[in-house]
Amino acid sequence: MNQTEIRDIVDEYLEESAQLVPILQDIHRKYGYLPEETLHHVAERLHIPLSRVYSVATFYGAFSLKPRGRHLISLCMGTACHLQGAPRLLHALKDKFKLEDGETSPDERFTLKVVNCLGTCALAPVVVVDGTYFDGMNPDKLLKALRRFE
Amino acid sequence: MSSSVSLNPQAELKRIRDTVKRSRGGVREIRVCCGTGCQARGSMELYEVLRKEAESFKGARIRVKKTGCQGLCEKGAVVTDSAAGYFYCLAKKENARTILERVKEDDEKVSSLLYIDHTTGKPVIYTEDIPFYKKQHRLVLRQSGSTDPEDILDYIAAGGYRSLAKVLGGMSPEKVIEEITSSGLRGRGGGGFPTGRKWRSCRDASGQKKYVICNADEGDPGAFMDRSILEGNPHSILEGMIIGAYAIGAHQGYVYVRDEYPLAVHRLKIAMAQAGEFGLLGYDILNTGFTFNVRTNRGGGAFVCGESTALMASLQGQIGEPRAKYIHTVERGLWDCPTVLNNVETWANVPIIIEMGAEQYAKIGSEGSKGTKIFSVVGKVNNTGLVEVPMGMTIREIVFDICGGVRNDKQFKGVQTGGPSGGCIPARLADLPVDFDSLTEAGSMMGSGGMIVLDEHTCMVDVARYFMSFLRKESCGKCTLCREGTEVMHETLKSICEGRGSKQDIDLLEELGQAMQTGALCALGTSAPNSVLSTLRYFQDEYLEHIRNKRCPAGVCRELVTYSIDPDICKGCGKCKELCPQQAIEGEKKTPHRIRLELCMKCGACLDVCPFGAVGRRSYCDKS
Repeated sequence: MNQTEIRDIVDEYLEESAQLVPILQDIHRKYGYLPEETLHHVAERLHIPLSRVYSVATFYGAFSLKPRGRHLISLCMGTACHLQGAPRLLHALKDKFKLEDGETSPDERFTLKVVNCLGTCALAPVVVVDGTYFDGMNPDKLLKALRRFE
Repeated sequence: MSSSVSLNPQAELKRIRDTVKRSRGGVREIRVCCGTGCQARGSMELYEVLRKEAESFKGARIRVKKTGCQGLCEKGAVVTDSAAGYFYCLAKKENARTILERVKEDDEKVSSLLYIDHTTGKPVIYTEDIPFYKKQHRLVLRQSGSTDPEDILDYIAAGGYRSLAKVLGGMSPEKVIEEITSSGLRGRGGGGFPTGRKWRSCRDASGQKKYVICNADEGDPGAFMDRSILEGNPHSILEGMIIGAYAIGAHQGYVYVRDEYPLAVHRLKIAMAQAGEFGLLGYDILNTGFTFNVRTNRGGGAFVCGESTALMASLQGQIGEPRAKYIHTVERGLWDCPTVLNNVETWANVPIIIEMGAEQYAKIGSEGSKGTKIFSVVGKVNNTGLVEVPMGMTIREIVFDICGGVRNDKQFKGVQTGGPSGGCIPARLADLPVDFDSLTEAGSMMGSGGMIVLDEHTCMVDVARYFMSFLRKESCGKCTLCREGTEVMHETLKSICEGRGSKQDIDLLEELGQAMQTGALCALGTSAPNSVLSTLRYFQDEYLEHIRNKRCPAGVCRELVTYSIDPDICKGCGKCKELCPQQAIEGEKKTPHRIRLELCMKCGACLDVCPFGAVGRRSYCDKS
């Protein structure tokens, strides 16, 4: 038996088994989080253990296992934003809406995601709410800006 | 188009280029920057209005064009006028009509949108006269800002894919590798490994199937070079990857892009589809028999996936944990096959080297670091933005000559380079040339090119704590030194920032730092202590102030500062009193107000809102 020949045959199919992350990303985009039953479906359809789906779903920061609120606040905590006062924005959100990173406010109005860097450092400190950028924020300005997201 | 194609790839590409140039010659271009920074400031709306308005200017042969990042993000939205060379900044959609009308009025400019040089206070008319652009050497970024990233014809007209045609039209893979090796190109992702040597090892490695990967998982906070190249000139990356694949003998490539960069993914996909249509990507490229396909994969938002083996694990559908690299990825990488992984900027340099020749390319830069490097200069700086300079330029030239110095004329304290893996360099080393080796020697690193400007109001202990808090969360947890080390270091730094530190903490940080540098599994762990060790090396007095005197000299650490109102300045307007979430401010209208320190939570809202500058923040904790 020629090891190299077998390897070459197997290698042809390698790339097909790697789609777990993109699959979960698509599900996440559709529902805003990964509902538990979808994880069972994925494991079944891909013929892989549920534990592996769960390990991937909990390893990556982009996935959430909890439903999202009506509006998503992405608070940038990149270096430029940190230096220019982003921690104070976080305090204000905690104070006003009882929001923690990755959590949803009790009234399900907001979900807060603290992100590492949005790469728009000229706008620091920057907050993105449902895709709209708010630049040069301070706690007062941020709370005012959030008023229109009910 | 394949039936009319000649067998000579260079001639075929030239034919396309000439056709495009003929049809677009003499058209005046109004170029609107549509990078993420400018888009956040409304440049897409401006672009749409300009386009609509331009339709009524039929005689003038105007083309309104969206471009990639033009660099000066601070002043977005940026618009340039190709024929006259005018540079407009802070443009809004309301300015669209005026911009076009002035084009018609015999090249008159829009004075209100000109860049104001803050040292002279005078307006600057032309792009090339703006200090920000004057000292730059825009090589990788040269087309970002002049071509439409969603139009392959623009890229081809500007000479794009010429290098690919040159390679496929008569260079052997060996010759390509030789060229890259002698250019002196080193990996732009942080490590600085010689690219040619990497390609050579991968070509020589045994295995029928090989891969090339573009690492676009730009995770360093404060760095957006790769995003801007992806958004501004995606074809240059593809061209580089195809050349690299040809050189090592790969037929499949991957671009692993950060999930937070939707625009980059969008433009990359457009570029891939267009390149496929033109026979520049996919099966039988330019009729030469060479086949190469690319897939994009979105990252899962894990910083550690910027590490090559973790990235490959992620591509294989697993969690992004790195492995020990006693077997190199060029021999056993993705799916255990020989793999070349390079960063976005590295790939984008490849076509440039082929085009200008290794010898010419190697004339740019310093002794051990050739070519240019893109930096995103952010933080307490006047002109936040993207700059591309020859390797070896000094920190001072970048921060002061190009980026206009420190914001609000504060004192320059230093720069932080290399993201969470890098370190801080103090102001007294401002004349240090910026290249791979000198930064490492100074205790920092090049990293992918983030440069954060720090001023007198930046607390260095807080900066170290910030990065450690970042790394603690991003450590994958596989090896003990990194998992526990980042945790303990973060706790220690936190206690110093809160005024609970002791002298032994410094010894602990140093000892732990050295242990991690020696023993952690991957580059995330071995470089994790850099920000702490470099700040201890250059700014130890600040640590000692926090520990001995419970004082934060920069006035940053919340537990160690006190807010107060100056009764001589306060007019008693009541704005702060109304805003204070703790009702900690008292005082009658039109009489000076006072902060009740026992209630104050130090949110700083009063400082932001005071129109008279009466609220001050003192750098020590006053409990009275």
